Amino acid sequence: MINSTLAGLFRLMTGAQPRWQGCEPNLNRRIYFANHCSNLDGPTIWATLPPELRKRTRAVAARDYWTAGPIRRYFAQRVFNTVLIERRKPTRNDNPIDDMVNAMEDGSSLILFPEGGRHPGPDPVEFKSGLYHLAKRVPEAELVPVLLDNLNRVLPKGELLPVPLICSVTFGEPIRLEENEHRNDFLARARAAVIDLRDN
Amino acid sequence: MKVDNELLWLTGVVVGLLGISSLVGWIMSRQELSDSARRTVENLNERTRAWWVMTAVFALALATGGIGSVVLFAFSSFLALREFLTLTPTRAGDHRTMFWAFFVVCPMQYVLLWFEWYPVFVIFIPVYVFLFLPIRSAAAGETENFLERTAKIQWGVMICVYCLSHAPALLTLLKIPGYEHENGKLLYYFVLICELSDVMQYVFGKLFGRHQVAPTVSPGKTWEGLIGGVAATVAIGAGLWWATPFTPWQSAGMSLLTCLMGFGGGLVMSAIKRDRGVKDWGTTIKGHGGMLDRLDSLCFAAPIFFHVTRYYFA
Repeated sequence: MINSTLAGLFRLMTGAQPRWQGCEPNLNRRIYFANHCSNLDGPTIWATLPPELRKRTRAVAARDYWTAGPIRRYFAQRVFNTVLIERRKPTRNDNPIDDMVNAMEDGSSLILFPEGGRHPGPDPVEFKSGLYHLAKRVPEAELVPVLLDNLNRVLPKGELLPVPLICSVTFGEPIRLEENEHRNDFLARARAAVIDLRDN
Repeated sequence: MKVDNELLWLTGVVVGLLGISSLVGWIMSRQELSDSARRTVENLNERTRAWWVMTAVFALALATGGIGSVVLFAFSSFLALREFLTLTPTRAGDHRTMFWAFFVVCPMQYVLLWFEWYPVFVIFIPVYVFLFLPIRSAAAGETENFLERTAKIQWGVMICVYCLSHAPALLTLLKIPGYEHENGKLLYYFVLICELSDVMQYVFGKLFGRHQVAPTVSPGKTWEGLIGGVAATVAIGAGLWWATPFTPWQSAGMSLLTCLMGFGGGLVMSAIKRDRGVKDWGTTIKGHGGMLDRLDSLCFAAPIFFHVTRYYFA
């Protein structure tokens, strides 16, 4: 109830229109990976998913950022049910990939921002290797590229108050890690899949 | 504002026109047609359905006795500004300027209107906001394309907020001798003429359109559509003089003025869309496009209609 109200509020504020361009919304286990320039990115993808999918889709977020202060922690844990990962000092016992794999084994799909942080440019910067390692561990998951447009104007990094411009969320055709595909080739291909959605 | 018989008659005219349109659309949709003709008919029916909804919303807002109409237009301004600024390239330095435009300037203009503070209403955006917005942007420190960016934001606020707010101003800021408490009909009349002119130009253009008025700006606008549409609308406008403070001839003149300004508004807004490489301003109204696709003519006609009426009749 609170969640669907909140999702509606997010859609209203961002005017976000989901465009299912390369795939249909379904309950397959998926990893949605997107460009990242605003704190609203995760919630916006989450809000534009149909309610059934929204329940089973968790955004992956940085533990250091989202546990700083009670408000952020509340949203991260109670509202968006995020998978909080260690991005500063991953160790063998505190491996972010393990946390993501565990979440997927519980039946969740994930929302992942492979740039590892927010970057204001129109195109995403080079992807970090997390997506590659995750794809290797969960080979049956569909990797869905997602392009977020205009969100950097709604709430740029460093701003507190959003401006209600109209955004779009474009879901592309799923990709998979090919056999013997080199890490950097795969990451470049994944990044290109996000950028290509802009031209269509 | 009381609901009088003339207001009901005006509503009757609109319901009649929409009824005819629905009927014609229904008959056409049952005929064997080529693919492109069927798409046109489908779009026509979508538009008619949206008109029923818009008419109902507008009439309900008017029935609240003023406040509903002011809120409706304030909300329309907000959505129009949102569509406008979405298509306008701005930079991070404009973020807080835009926040002011959306959440302070836009509501403030309608508050002034509701409290009938005419001297401030007319200069608030052209003077105070005009000077404040660039100051806010300059304070943010980004200089790239500065003049271009501030000019575009100011222009958007002028069209979407200032100009559009002159339509509900017909309700609150006009005191016409012998027409007290009847201003709701004038707003109804103005919006009806303005939108009818759009529709009639579309219909005449589709039926007889040959010679384009401005092929580089808007290929859909033709001389046949313009002349036929305006003539039909002026005739209807003259026939509705009983709902206004005008005589039949004056009503024809005011309708003509509204039609021509509306046409100009459509032309200007088309030029912007074309420059930005889009066909519609948005997707808010099914069959029509965005809010601004329906409001463009209203934005241009409202301030002129308001001032001419105020100057000669109030």
